[in-house]
Formats: sequence, C-alpha cells, structure tokens
Amino acid sequence: MSDLVLLLVTGVGLGALYFIAASGLSLIYGLMGVLNFAHGVFMTAGAYAAWLTMGALPDGWPVAARLVVGVLVAVAVGAVVGLVVEVVLIRPLYRHHIQQVLVTVGLSLAGVAAAQGIWGADPRPVERPEWMSGTTDILGARLPNDRFVYLLVAVALFAGLLALLHLTRLGLVIRAGVENRTMVEALGINVHRTFTTVFALGGAAAGLAGVLYSQYAGAVSPAQGGSLLIFAFIVVVIGGMGSLTGTAVAAVVVGLVQQLANYYAASGVGDLSVVLLLALVLLLRPTSLKGAMA
Amino acid sequence: MTSPTDHLTHTHTSSVTPDGEGEATMTPEAPGEERHGAHRLLRAVPAVVLLAVLAFLPYVPVEVPGILPGRVNGPGSMQLLATCLVIGGIALSYDVFFGRTGLLSFGHALFVAAGSYLLTISLSTWALPLPFAVLVALALSTVLALVVGAVALRVGGIAFAMVTLAFAQAASIIVMRNPGGVTGGEEGRPLDRDAVPDLLVGVANAPYRYWLALCFVVVAWVVVTLLVRSRAGHAMAAVRENEQRASVLGLGTYRVKLLAIVVGSLLGALGGVVHALVLGGSNPHLTTSEFTLSLLVMVVLGGAGSRWGALVGGVLYTYADARLVEVSNAAFLQDLPVVVRQVLSQPLFILGAFFVVVVYFAPSGLTGLGGRLIRRSGSR
Repeated sequence: MSDLVLLLVTGVGLGALYFIAASGLSLIYGLMGVLNFAHGVFMTAGAYAAWLTMGALPDGWPVAARLVVGVLVAVAVGAVVGLVVEVVLIRPLYRHHIQQVLVTVGLSLAGVAAAQGIWGADPRPVERPEWMSGTTDILGARLPNDRFVYLLVAVALFAGLLALLHLTRLGLVIRAGVENRTMVEALGINVHRTFTTVFALGGAAAGLAGVLYSQYAGAVSPAQGGSLLIFAFIVVVIGGMGSLTGTAVAAVVVGLVQQLANYYAASGVGDLSVVLLLALVLLLRPTSLKGAMA
Repeated sequence: MTSPTDHLTHTHTSSVTPDGEGEATMTPEAPGEERHGAHRLLRAVPAVVLLAVLAFLPYVPVEVPGILPGRVNGPGSMQLLATCLVIGGIALSYDVFFGRTGLLSFGHALFVAAGSYLLTISLSTWALPLPFAVLVALALSTVLALVVGAVALRVGGIAFAMVTLAFAQAASIIVMRNPGGVTGGEEGRPLDRDAVPDLLVGVANAPYRYWLALCFVVVAWVVVTLLVRSRAGHAMAAVRENEQRASVLGLGTYRVKLLAIVVGSLLGALGGVVHALVLGGSNPHLTTSEFTLSLLVMVVLGGAGSRWGALVGGVLYTYADARLVEVSNAAFLQDLPVVVRQVLSQPLFILGAFFVVVVYFAPSGLTGLGGRLIRRSGSR
C-alpha cells in the first residue's frame, strides 16, 4: 500500500514536470503550428540562468530564497529568449512550417553546443533547499517533498493558463486563432503580435520547467533540456496536439505509467511503456490528434 | 495547425497501387527520346569522372596540409573519407523520406542503428557468417520499417515527425539499457574481427574500407535514381507536392509513403551495416535523436530532393564536424574573448548556426545555390 502511494505521488510529480515542459509546446503548436525543437534550449537556458543566479547571490541567503530568485530570473530569461527567437527567426517564416521546424532544429543544435562550450558537457550540481530534499510521511509512505512543489507549480500554471485563455481578451484571440486564423486576421486583429506573446509565454514556461527539472535531477547539463523535450513531445501528441487540458491529462498518465512500469516491471521499462502508450493511442484514436484548444 | 500534409493519409489505401493508373500526365519520357537519352548520358559524365577520381584516391601519396590529416592515402585520411562517404550515403537514404516524399521523419537513426547493431550482434552473438549476417540485418530492418511506418503513417505532418522520434527514442533506450549484454550499452558493440574478411580489418587496410564505403554510396545512388525515375518515384513526388491532390487523383498515398519509408530505411540499414564495417563496431551515438537531426541538417544544407545535395551535405557535414575543432586553435581567433572562443570550439555550434543561415538564404541548399550561380554566370 505504502509503495503504491509512493509510486502514485512520484508519478504525478513527474507528470507535473512533464506538463510544465509540454504546456509551452502545446500552446505554441496549437496556435502557430510550429513544432518548437528549440524548446529544449529554452529549458536549458532557464536552468543555467537559475544556476548562475543562485551562485551569484550572497551565500548568507537561505537556499530557498535564492532558488525563488533563480526561478524568477529563469522565467524572465525564458520569456526573453522566446521573444527574441520568435521575432528574429520564426516571424520571417510564417506559413512555412517545415522551415520553421528546421530553424528551431538548427537552434537546438547550436544552443546545446554553445552551452557545452561555455560550461562544459559534464553535469554541474545545483543546490537544493533542505526541505525539498526531505520526505513527509503520509499513509505510511515516505514521500519526497519536491514532488509536492512540482505539483503545486503545475496546478498553478494550468489554472493560470486556463484563466488566461478563457477570461482575457488575449485568450479569446488565441482560442479564435486556433479555430480559424484567417478569420481572426480578417476581423482586423493583429495575430502576429499574439504569436509573439504566445512564444514568450511558452519560453517562460520552458524556463520554469528547466529550473524545476534541474532541481529534480540535482544538476544542470547542456543535454538536459533535450531529454525532457522528448517526453514533452510525447505528452503533447498523446494529449491531442494543442489541447491544454489534454496535455495535462496526458502528462499525468505518462508520469504514472512511467513510474509504475519502472517499479513493477524493470528499471527502464517505464520509458519504453510510454512509447508503447503513444503507439496504442495512435492505433486506437488517430483522429484525436487533429488539434483543439480546451 | 494543419500542415498541407495533414489530410487524408489513410483514406485511399485500397483503391489503386502506387504505380497504378491515373498518372498519365506524369510519364517521364517526352518525345524525341533518342536525343534525350544522349543528353542523359552526357549528364552522367561528371558523376562517372568523380567516381573514378574517388576510386583512385588510395593511390595518391600527396599531402594536403590543413585539409586532410597526413597523406591522402594514409590511414587517417582514408578513414575520415570513408566515414564521410558512409554518412553521405545515409543522408541520401534519408532524402528518400524528406526530399522525395516530403515526410519529415525524426526517426531515421532507428533504421541505421538497426542495420549496424543487427550486423554486429548476428556476427558475434549468433555467430552467423558475414553474408548471412548482412541479410539478417537487412531483412529484420525492413520488417521494423514496415511496422514503424505502418503505425506512424496513421498521422501526418508534424505528428508523424513526433511519432517517429518516439520510436527512435525507444530504440535508443533499449540500446543504452544493454539487455542481456547484447548491445554493449554506452560502450557500443565492437565488430567481431574473426568473422569479417582480413581485408576489412586493421589500420593498413583502410583503403579497402574506403572502397567499401564508396561502393555503398554508388549502390545508394543507383537505387535512389531508379526509384525516382520509376512510377512509384513520380507518385512520391506527387505526394510531396500536394498530398490531397494526389489522393484525389486516385493514388494510394498511404502505400506510396510506406514504400518510401521501406526503401529509405532499407538503404539506411545498409548504411548502418557499412558503417559498422568501416568503423569497426556499433556506436550508441547512431541511435540518438541528434543523429537523425544531423541527417536532416545534412540534407537541407546540401539541398533536399536532389541526389547531389544529400550526398554533398552529408560528406561536408561529417568532414566539418571532424575538422572544425581545429578552428578554435586558429591564430586569428586568439584575440577574441574567452567565451567566444569556447563557443566557436564546438563544431556543432558553427554547423547549427550555418544551417539556420542556409534555411533562410539558400532554401534549395548549397548545391541549389551553386547551380543557380553557375546558371547566372552562364547567362551573362
């Protein structure tokens, strides 16, 4: 019983990380049809920004306070990187989806290589607040505290994005743009400005995901973003390409399947079962992938 | 949201075969076939001359300082050139997906790695003789391509790319986990030296491995040429240009795409086999998504949808990746700040940045750019 509770909580915690990583991808894909391979670089940028910030702040501060500042800086850096990439690289290629993908592929190669050149390929350890490394006893299971943090952040992000989509004018434009972009343009709304905003938003979410993932892994490394990105892709596909609620559900399912399979089958089976899950979804419901915004 | 290739991927599977009727407008031969044939022969001349020069390289004892390590026919240069050629051939096989059929796949590494690992495994673990091992590797890779292709083609466009990426990632995980000690994990699987002919083993025999790589490139070139000129090849081009239209015209687009996947994967697997023979084993780097991405970069750099483009792109990329490290030691860079030098010391940074520039300013790749320059200077 306590094993199951532990697995469920860690699985949901992992799913929360996947959701944070995938939400930006899903938003961008839903509105713009851009498969953003550079998302991994955004995450890496966020992780390194937070790591550098935490190192630069005075040692007298508690680790948690430095982490909070680091997260804020990472989110800001992610947003700025997203903004710049969109304006400089993506904007001239609107309506050329393949070329947009290619540009982000080039960016992901160059970005990882640059990080490798500057900070080396080896993982650098990050400081974790003491409380996050500890555990809490619930129902006889010793649950790692950091999973609750990820879950809390993910729920807040999900609620925030839903509120943005459904309660604000910007959200209205985004949802309308997903439905029918041409019509929105015809009504005299500047969709391109919305694109930029969405890209910055996605970049901010990616920066957040980068920091939290480096906390989860206990280190920052150049290739980190890329490995998280692949699971984020899988989550986005299973969740229905651009549906935020679908992405959230898929993230939790993927996290749970991975944890449970890793424990009950063998270590490493979890990653495979996720891919199997993807194949199953494709075989059973290929039409669910047409894309919709919830 | 919906890319042009997103529609109707599996609606016409049962109607017509890929080489069926309904493409009278796409017959390759125009009237005046004799002149056409002579023209075609003439156009083959540069390729044949280049092939002859390349085949003769192992007899050239000249040093080319700065470009090749040591003499041209030295083992270092031969090995580098052989690797470039193998990767060039593999890029050619990827172009069957991307440039010819318009399928953006992020999973080509899967088939290359399948060829490579199945060869080394069947040579040492299953103790098969080399010819059988090659056949087994190719046959199993083809089955794999059929299964993966059949599943992945249920979605189109960007989703297809993601699904192939996921499959390749699964293979990468399996290889890294090293089930039963079969794949060798991060170390890779070395080639069983007793199971291959002596000519392919050892430093002194580098020229033979070079010729093997050259043979692979020729085979890939011929297969792609035959495929492109066949009816199926024309159907692939039709799918690439406008899939909806092709399927309305009655082409079985699902079968056409599956054929492209199988042929491209088979060539890729053959490339993997040759890669294992040339480099003396299977390396887990072959399974990673970075490898597929680099194939994509090569094809686009050189020029998608052209044999020269893919081949030149693959050869140049591999060469640059191996040799650009020297750039960071160049004298003119020593005055730059440390950070800039650190970044420039990464070949992938230079290649990635260059790739972005090419996507913007030379959408038809380096060969397309070259062809345009030649034509322009000719018209003046």
